Amino acid sequence: MSPPVAPPGWSRWLVPPAALSVHLSIGQAYAWSVFKPSLESALDLSGTQSALPFQLGIVMLGLSAAFGGTLVERNGPRWAMTVALICFSSGFLLSALGAATEQYWLIVFGYGFVGGIGLGIGYISPVSTLIKWFPDRPGMATGIAIMGFGGGALIASPWSAQMLESFGSDSSGIALAFLVHGLTYAVFMSLGVLLVRVPRPAKTAADGTPAPLEGVQVSANSAVRTPQFWLLWIVLCMNVTAGIGILEKAAPMITDFFADTSTPVSVSAAAGFVALLSAANMAGRIGWSSTSDLIGRKNIYRVYLGVGALMYALIAWVGDSSKPVFIIAALVILSFYGGGFATVPAYLKDLFGTYQVGAIHGRLLTAWSTAGVLGPLIVNWIADRQEEAGKSGASLYGLSLVIMIGLLVVGFVANELVRPVDARHHVPAQNQKEAADVHE
Amino acid sequence: MSTSDSSPPDGAAADGPVPDRRPLIVFAWVWVGAPLAYGLYELVQKATQLFTG
Repeated sequence: MSPPVAPPGWSRWLVPPAALSVHLSIGQAYAWSVFKPSLESALDLSGTQSALPFQLGIVMLGLSAAFGGTLVERNGPRWAMTVALICFSSGFLLSALGAATEQYWLIVFGYGFVGGIGLGIGYISPVSTLIKWFPDRPGMATGIAIMGFGGGALIASPWSAQMLESFGSDSSGIALAFLVHGLTYAVFMSLGVLLVRVPRPAKTAADGTPAPLEGVQVSANSAVRTPQFWLLWIVLCMNVTAGIGILEKAAPMITDFFADTSTPVSVSAAAGFVALLSAANMAGRIGWSSTSDLIGRKNIYRVYLGVGALMYALIAWVGDSSKPVFIIAALVILSFYGGGFATVPAYLKDLFGTYQVGAIHGRLLTAWSTAGVLGPLIVNWIADRQEEAGKSGASLYGLSLVIMIGLLVVGFVANELVRPVDARHHVPAQNQKEAADVHE
Repeated sequence: MSTSDSSPPDGAAADGPVPDRRPLIVFAWVWVGAPLAYGLYELVQKATQLFTG
């Protein structure tokens, strides 16, 4: 499939909503937990079993983004969005069949495996296109799209809950809810498929052939052989680990933290805290990545990692003596978590150019998969050990906070070591012309 | 979203009259903005529980 080239006069402001239609849909993944209680009672599953579709989905997200990135670059954003639409919606339709027939393996396969491919291809589908349309503001452009991934859960969470309430929480009610999800997301994502366009390539004045891309250009295969890629991998992994550690355990964490004080946190207040963290995560994606266009990518990561470490230190220092300090520091950390995700495509563009930035981004997302395991593992394992040792309240998390500070310092140092890519990794001008030809 | 923003990065110009894309731009942003507004509304409802719950 040839990438769809924009006709003369096509507005670049049509591309962000195209990207958002995909990211707002696949962001549903973070709202999977809404289905867990109903699935457990309807199909007699354990908590571990009901988490399987989500876990497999996230694993497939990382794998398909890493291995499918080159295909996305070659075939263009419309192809990628079509694949994402088909896989993500089919995943729900297969899950509907699985729920209706009470075959749980089909839900795991449908939502986790097939839908997970849709997550990965959909996540990276608009990145390189947005960067090409907004060379003046790449951080803002990718921030808008990646903000959608955070927003997707905000929409899906109440919407899915209301659907289960209307259709019922038995297997036929769940099947109907999955069916409606699959069909609705197919229609919603189709806007992205229809609207997305790549910009017309610049021509040389002399012979009308495509001009080489401007600035440094590095292929995806060369990028993974550079220290810059692996330093950024560490930066992203450390930043995400520090944020996801709080995000995954937010509700029990704030409840435990203030359990021994005169102002304990109720269950509904803890749910409000989780909602505020989601808002901070989403706001950070657009706010901080747009700021990176003004102050530079290296500087914004100094803020994410340096100030993030200070915020963790503040929580550890103040302890359970101030709830506002805890909440504000957690919100700042989560805004940096979202900001890190949204700024990294622009950082990659600065280092490796636009030539295969989508494919490089896909490979870098393996850092997210690693952090997704590391962050919750550290916080949960330490909290469990401290509880076994007879501790309670804020002291359950003291060691976790120190470890998070250490991880952020490691990320900070890795960011300081990032330098421009050596010339031996650059793509020759002739190959750049061939790359530009692809977009004809 | 001014007309000046609607030129592709290469500045390609149309030979003939360029169709007015503004209705399509508004439609596309409403398409994605309406569900997002619903999600944010639900989020605010839940977040207030932190201060009232």
